[in-house]
Amino acid sequence: MTSLSLKELNKLPVRLASGHRLCAGCAESIVVKQILMGTSDPVAVSLSTGCLEVSTTVFPYTSWNTPYIHTAFGNGAATCAGLETAYVALKKKGKIKGDMKFVNFAGDGATYDIGLQALSGAMERGHRMMYVCLNNEAYMNTGIQRSSATTLGASTTTSWAGSVQSGKKEFSKDLTEIMVAHNIPYVAQVSPHNWRDTVTKASKGFAADGPSFINSISPCPRGWRFPSDETINMARLAVETCVWPLFEVVDGKYALTAESARIADGKVEKKPVMDWLTAQGRFKHLLQDRWEPVAEAYQDEVDRRWKKLIKLTELDL
Amino acid sequence: MTHDIAINGDNAVALAWRQVDPDVCAAYPITPQTIIVEKFAEYVANGEVTTEFVCVESEHSALTLCTSAASAGARTFTATASQGLAYMWEMMPITAAMRVPIIMAVANRAVSGPININNDHGDAMSARDCGWLQLYSENVQQAYDNSIIAPRIAEHHEIQLPCLVNLDGFILSHAIERMTMVETMDVREFVGEYEPLYPLLDYKHPVSHGNMDGPDYYYPHKYQSVLAMNKALEVAEEVFKEFADMTGREYHLVDEYMCDDAEFVAVILGSSFGTMKETVDQLRAEGIKAGCAMPHVYRPWPEAALAKVMKGKKAVAVFDKHLSIGAYGPMYPEVVAAAADLDSMPKMYNVIYGLGGADATVAGFKKMMEEINEGKAAKVTYLGVKA
Repeated sequence: MTSLSLKELNKLPVRLASGHRLCAGCAESIVVKQILMGTSDPVAVSLSTGCLEVSTTVFPYTSWNTPYIHTAFGNGAATCAGLETAYVALKKKGKIKGDMKFVNFAGDGATYDIGLQALSGAMERGHRMMYVCLNNEAYMNTGIQRSSATTLGASTTTSWAGSVQSGKKEFSKDLTEIMVAHNIPYVAQVSPHNWRDTVTKASKGFAADGPSFINSISPCPRGWRFPSDETINMARLAVETCVWPLFEVVDGKYALTAESARIADGKVEKKPVMDWLTAQGRFKHLLQDRWEPVAEAYQDEVDRRWKKLIKLTELDL
Repeated sequence: MTHDIAINGDNAVALAWRQVDPDVCAAYPITPQTIIVEKFAEYVANGEVTTEFVCVESEHSALTLCTSAASAGARTFTATASQGLAYMWEMMPITAAMRVPIIMAVANRAVSGPININNDHGDAMSARDCGWLQLYSENVQQAYDNSIIAPRIAEHHEIQLPCLVNLDGFILSHAIERMTMVETMDVREFVGEYEPLYPLLDYKHPVSHGNMDGPDYYYPHKYQSVLAMNKALEVAEEVFKEFADMTGREYHLVDEYMCDDAEFVAVILGSSFGTMKETVDQLRAEGIKAGCAMPHVYRPWPEAALAKVMKGKKAVAVFDKHLSIGAYGPMYPEVVAAAADLDSMPKMYNVIYGLGGADATVAGFKKMMEEINEGKAAKVTYLGVKA
């Protein structure tokens, strides 16, 4: 991908057709389309069980105008790895010609929790495939249950905000860091509000000579409790508050990108986490006086992770 | 040109795989299957196969990777045992429903708990409802032969189902026996080129694999697998015939020993079929007209062939190396169902034996068969258990 004009990107084949059954305001199809704009090669898609899967492939229909597979929930990485392995085997025997790309899309439950082992295995083995996490910070397909990607204080149907509990008690697992620790060629965080940043990172991921991992924030109007026309604003806010920094790690070298780079450079002001918390119904209880320490702890953890990330970008490797 | 070799069951399976040279193999080590993957890895390391060999991080991923690779259009083999098969369980019906003809060797081993590494049929029997074809092996020769026969049945375009090739853990997997191998050229000609249906990597004709079904489609899709299983009964007989023409080794849906004039028969699987044959010889020497039969093909269930074996017998003893606790051995109700249409139903006995590697001896079988012959046996016997 040399140019990144919308005019050129629009010429790429539509691989995920409209007419799927995702909710109004769901970010997932937006992220998927941006990621798939990262390659002009044929691309085979695998999905872990989840919202995207059940909404795009209800038999006898399919929204996928590209080779597609789903097998189960916790094994998206292995499913994708199988496609890539077959491709290598059959190409070697001359049964397939031309280049192909492989990508698995999965929610945070399928990535941070049940699919972590398969993901780790596939990354370690070096399959030339991309794994994209559509992180909406809970099990949304089954009805908004907490995952290890759910952040502190979020009220979910298994971590309620109740009379003695302020939503989820733990901060989210830093999965992106875990993927960096696999020493794969390309790791990045993206947000659908910045299509240019996302498509650029997708093209780098597809071009990598080995596995790549992209973690995308994926605002969910149902689970986060915000109006469905606010999805892109919510994604932007995640980046502007440094709740979800945009960065990439190329062969181990960290670099902040887009708004996050500008915040780090002092060109743009870092917004307070309270802006993020007040925008979503899942955090509304944190505005009560008694849960003020939780809101403060949220800000402290975001600050700590942000400082750590900046330090990592300063590493001279 | 064929020649005899001395080889254990696991190595015999690996040898068959080398000769077939599948496109993809993904596997995870587990006793007593390990020798298969170790030997195959050696073939890979020495360039004796062209297979892409993937050492995955779990059995769940092994079967997943095989399933998607097969959907992509690759001929795909794997192997496991016991807990490995249990860990694959989520994928087993998915693989079958996706109609991909993966061949999986299972070095049959007891399923935990308590943890136990020895032979019984708890692993494969617990997977019997998953929609896979299942072949059983009496000896090392059959573990090898089944590995060559299986792809021909599984890959048939009207079948397209995955297939388990069962060989008893340790008793066959680790025991060295004399075996006649088939020349590699003949194996290749016999299995033929793999011709996948709707391969996913045909990106010019994109297809979606593994879609979600509502009730209107789930049930009909399951029924299509029933039709494929029924077809497999017919195809298996044809493939066995072709294999016999090539090697002289004859197999049937139900392999029989001295059944024709027998007054009563034992139905038994795997290496114990050999033990039971010896038992039958000894009983016959004493003038007791016993016979025995092994469903070589366990899925599809060869009901008609079994009914034929049981016709006119006074008793049938079903020997199960697994137990559905609170009911019977898994094969017993199926044999009873097969006998139900006979004009005169034999007396039906169930013998549970050999769990977790408990001894399965000729002496034990003989005593059991004598009791059955004399009508003294209980409906269900837990043979040799120390209570």
